[in-house]
Amino acid sequence: MKKVIPATIIFIIASAFAMQQPAGLKAAIARGKTVYEATCLACHQPDGSGVPNMNPPLVKTKWVLGDKKALTKIILKGLQGGEIEIDGDKFHNPMPPMESTLTDQEIADVLTYVRNSFGNKASMVTVAEVKALRAKLK
Amino acid sequence: MMKKILILAYTVAIAATAFASDTTRVKSSSTGVATRDEAPITLPQGFKSVVVTSGLGKARHIVVAANGDVFVKLEKLKEGKGIMRLHDANGDGKADEITGFGNYVGTGITIKNGYLYASSNDDVYRYKINEKTGTVDIASEEKIVTGLVNKNQHNSKSLALDNEGNIYVNIGAPSNCCQVQDRVKGSPGQDPCPILEQAGGIWQFKADKTNQSYAEGVRYATGLRNVVGLDWNTEVNQLYAMQHGRDMLFQFYPELFNQKEGAENPAEELFRLPKGADCGWPYCYYDNDKKQQLLNPEYGGDRQKVDRCADKVKSIAQFPGHLAPNALLFYTGNQFPAKYKNGAFIAFHGSWNRAPEPQAGFFVVFVPFKDGMPSGKWEVFADGFSGFTSSASTGKAKYRPCGLAQGPDGSLYISDDNNGTIWKVSYSK
Ligand code: HEC
Repeated sequence: MKKVIPATIIFIIASAFAMQQPAGLKAAIARGKTVYEATCLACHQPDGSGVPNMNPPLVKTKWVLGDKKALTKIILKGLQGGEIEIDGDKFHNPMPPMESTLTDQEIADVLTYVRNSFGNKASMVTVAEVKALRAKLK
Repeated sequence: MMKKILILAYTVAIAATAFASDTTRVKSSSTGVATRDEAPITLPQGFKSVVVTSGLGKARHIVVAANGDVFVKLEKLKEGKGIMRLHDANGDGKADEITGFGNYVGTGITIKNGYLYASSNDDVYRYKINEKTGTVDIASEEKIVTGLVNKNQHNSKSLALDNEGNIYVNIGAPSNCCQVQDRVKGSPGQDPCPILEQAGGIWQFKADKTNQSYAEGVRYATGLRNVVGLDWNTEVNQLYAMQHGRDMLFQFYPELFNQKEGAENPAEELFRLPKGADCGWPYCYYDNDKKQQLLNPEYGGDRQKVDRCADKVKSIAQFPGHLAPNALLFYTGNQFPAKYKNGAFIAFHGSWNRAPEPQAGFFVVFVPFKDGMPSGKWEVFADGFSGFTSSASTGKAKYRPCGLAQGPDGSLYISDDNNGTIWKVSYSK
């Protein structure tokens, strides 16, 4: 009997989460797709495959699937070019910083989209997470 | 259903856009085929190709010595070597011996008066070469130019020599359009553009002096965003260059360029370069729809204003946007039919900034010339490199043409930097 209560609570929390997350997730992915098409697609391509020697792929890379803070920082602050290495290849273009052109919401959405497209599967990035990081990096 | 319509639209768009200015396109371009299992490249009637070798990796520019040995500059070391020598011992066109030297990556390579010149992304080197045997004296390595701008973007250094002992080196601008913040939407263009002091042009150095840098060089031509295809035309004794036009017109200025116009603009341009030429970058671009050099939107352009672009050097041929011209070669051989003599071959690497419109390029074109000026429309010479049958991402292209060279017998060599395949193209009636 004692054991049933925590199990029930866990069940309730888990099912509430399971029901809520995909709904929020779906909407975020849809919004993120629009951001991707307007701001990222030109370089990373419609299928996220990137451009050899120029722009890296977004398909199952350690940055896309890895630490959300590190990933969000790349979007906010950009990269110089030549900083990312995948299978011994580097990329000639810079990654433009997006802090002046995208809102916290847009960054959260586009990263949620990228982390759940092109064969990727990873958790959402929330507005609160982007907001906190932006404040910290100021 | 939607997908099908899109694919159909893409196919029509490819046909319509890539060849819009190409009225002389060879209709039956399927006679020549490469041997082995390699995907055949298509060539005009009477031409055939043989695969010299493959698997060299990032094979950038190439040059052929008087004995027929092919030298290939690599952008990624292969077994620790950055320059490959391909020797064909039995005359069947295929390489039988492959050796390497030089431990740096880069793009440029050429031969002149007993020296082989090669570039890293910062420096230019030269070596004594015995052109009769193809033997390179590796110990004779000298660094003739050093310390050039290299910030990753547009860092390849192409090479050309004149007949007066000068070497020309392109130094690409590490920028798209000299914005305060590169490639950030809304960031204004810097005016004047400080990048032009050390990049965004062609520099002239002495071919036989060591350790030259900016102080010893001459800024021979400026206002060129990024040049990879560079050649000295010996018929008229002048330098010619293919500029890679700017990116992001649709993404940054959708109110001026729709998606299709962004893919078609600006033109990739062929320039004839007298000393002191200013070709206009970053202030100007060539609008393929308006057929005119116009002011860039970062500098107040609205697709109408000419402004300070009025007195810039004008290009002598224009091509669809973003095709990425990576090699330029004036054909001086006698093997090909007469129309090719002194005309220009251009290798297009293939686009990426045309997305979401279909990518294009991935071919070698020919421009007929008379007295150093184009005398007709450009036409596709070699095609089929990408292997695309419908719209696909640049990364899916099988081969990407990057270098061109002429052999002692007048054959044309083409390199690909995806897989490192080298083709030898020859003609017989
Ligand atoms: C101008 C071209 C360009 C645009 C636009 C661009 N990127 Fe990038 N991106 C790059 C380049 C180039 C790098 C690698 C830079 C380096 O190595 O220093 C990169 C790196 C990345 C990385 C880390 C490496 C990887 O492949 O996992 C991520 C994630 C990424 N970009 C996501 C985005 C997203 C999301 C957007 C749109 C909001 C975007 N990029 C817009 C060019 C671009």
